Amino acid sequence: MSHDPTAPASSPFLTEAHHLFRATMHRFVAREIEPYAAAWDEAESFPRALYERAAETGLLQIGFPADYGGVDADPFFGVIAAQELARAGCGGVAASLLSHTIALPPIVAAGPTAMKQRVLPEVLAGRRIAALAITEPECGSDVAALNTTALRVGEEYVINGSKTFITSGMRADYLTVAVRTGGPGKGGVSLLLVETGRPGLTRTPLRKMGWWASDTATLYFDAVRVPAVNLIGRENEGFGLIMRNFNRERLGMAAGCIASARLCLEETLRYARARRSFGQRLVDHQVVRHKLADMAMRIEASQAWLEQLAWQVMQGEDPVASICMLKNQATLTMEYCAREAVQTFGGAGYMRGTKVERIYREVRVNAIGGGAEEIMRELAARQWGWVAP
Amino acid sequence: MKLLVPVKRVVDYNVKVRVRADGSGVETSGVKMSMNPFDEIAVEEAVRLKEKGVASEIVAVSMGVAACAETLRTALAMGADRGILVETEVELQPLAVAKLLRAIVEKESPRMVILGKQAIDDDMNATGQMLAALLGWPQGTFASKLVIEGDQALVTREVDGGLETVSLTLPAIVTTDLRLNEPRYASLPNIMKARKKPIDILKPADLGVDPSPRLAVLNVAEPPRRQAGKKVASVAELVDKLKNEAKVI
Repeated sequence: MSHDPTAPASSPFLTEAHHLFRATMHRFVAREIEPYAAAWDEAESFPRALYERAAETGLLQIGFPADYGGVDADPFFGVIAAQELARAGCGGVAASLLSHTIALPPIVAAGPTAMKQRVLPEVLAGRRIAALAITEPECGSDVAALNTTALRVGEEYVINGSKTFITSGMRADYLTVAVRTGGPGKGGVSLLLVETGRPGLTRTPLRKMGWWASDTATLYFDAVRVPAVNLIGRENEGFGLIMRNFNRERLGMAAGCIASARLCLEETLRYARARRSFGQRLVDHQVVRHKLADMAMRIEASQAWLEQLAWQVMQGEDPVASICMLKNQATLTMEYCAREAVQTFGGAGYMRGTKVERIYREVRVNAIGGGAEEIMRELAARQWGWVAP
Repeated sequence: MKLLVPVKRVVDYNVKVRVRADGSGVETSGVKMSMNPFDEIAVEEAVRLKEKGVASEIVAVSMGVAACAETLRTALAMGADRGILVETEVELQPLAVAKLLRAIVEKESPRMVILGKQAIDDDMNATGQMLAALLGWPQGTFASKLVIEGDQALVTREVDGGLETVSLTLPAIVTTDLRLNEPRYASLPNIMKARKKPIDILKPADLGVDPSPRLAVLNVAEPPRRQAGKKVASVAELVDKLKNEAKVI
């Protein structure tokens, strides 16, 4: 029997443990997310208890050190998790549920032991929520230009400024915040851990085009004081820590986008087999089944590259440029498939409540967040040495 | 106390089952396979007994093709301690499975065998009962609650009139019903740990059992397609249709 492009193919990279974990994630998503996805998206939130349920499956712990409650696992486990989560067709849930996967890595890499002991086990068990705060109202992709300041006063830092588009910003207990501790440019950036109960911190929720179920906020720091031991890594060396973060984030985003595209194909095929027009099923019209074939072609090519790059990362390589281009390949594939899916659904795809309608609204956030498409192309071109230094 | 938990690899409950074109059985190639859901409940119950300190060791057993090792690995990831795979290409029927299990029981001497009341593939509902008969052990089937008190197992069963509780003297056979528990997820940390747990591989001949089928399947066919329902406008029309179309009154 030939491979059905509505399901992932067998893969030379996957072992028995990967298959077992996929089965666990599949069941978790089918049971605890998918039935509620439409309602949570409309409610612009999901129950906080989902974090602890997710921790029971090991989802939150993937790739974090075992000493702090994590599970040492190769990148394919992250890919599987992202792809199974995407099957709910509700990217906002995954974005908030996994916000710690961008907030915690700097702490793992450079945080003091006491901070690791205090923060990591609680977050990995789903009892506390962590978020990463980099983007500001006046600076996004240009991270080195950020304006939020942290002034060292005795044994404390005093933070002033604001952050925006922060995923899990409203509910987070811990924030990993990029601040300016030194001069202009990337050499003056540091990372600080901020507990959200501290005086002077206020938060405002933001409403979005898609990812409604995710919590997104603007944060205001008005002389927020944190102890100097909350510094993550060395002062003015935060920029490198931020950049190191991106490989894993982009690989996960690409995995999710490709799975969302596959879900569009699956949903469209299902609809095209049931819906009739001009005396036959939609799928019996050549123009419709060719749309499906065009979707499958892009999805399978993207998936193959995703797995190839995950394998390279597993070998200890650092294919930054390729991962940037993979992210674009994935978001463009998702964009194409979401368009063709909603187009095939017609009026039904324009109504709220279907997976393809939600995915259509989630295309742009993926193409902008975690590195905009234009930035990705430029970063890759520079990495490949196509620009005079 | 040692527990034996047989687990069967079946077509996943989400898969739409298709009959093979030649009528020889159900299509299983290229189809997602999983642990029989009733067996998952059996594993969960065994793990809970171990967590309560009632059980000391859980041995999971599966029988069939080499891929059944994956089903065993799921049981190990849920909390079983070790696995036994009885590997054979022969199609196994309940009596053969019961005989193979009897041989394993004689080898392992468990105090209790907990297994699903039936498998969702053929719904035979026979292996537990046959095993009890072969061993001469008491059986508590369709358990919705299980309590161990000393050498007694109190099994609450869902019967037509309500609930019935039977008291069995160990060693005994218990088969699980849906409402006994809600099985846990095979979590990532436990999947990683399960990779190191041992699985012994045996052949039916090692256990002195001839597993050849005693029943011959002549033909497997899809159930006849149900016709779409009809809406009627009045009671008179309903009676007319029941009389003249359905011919049931």
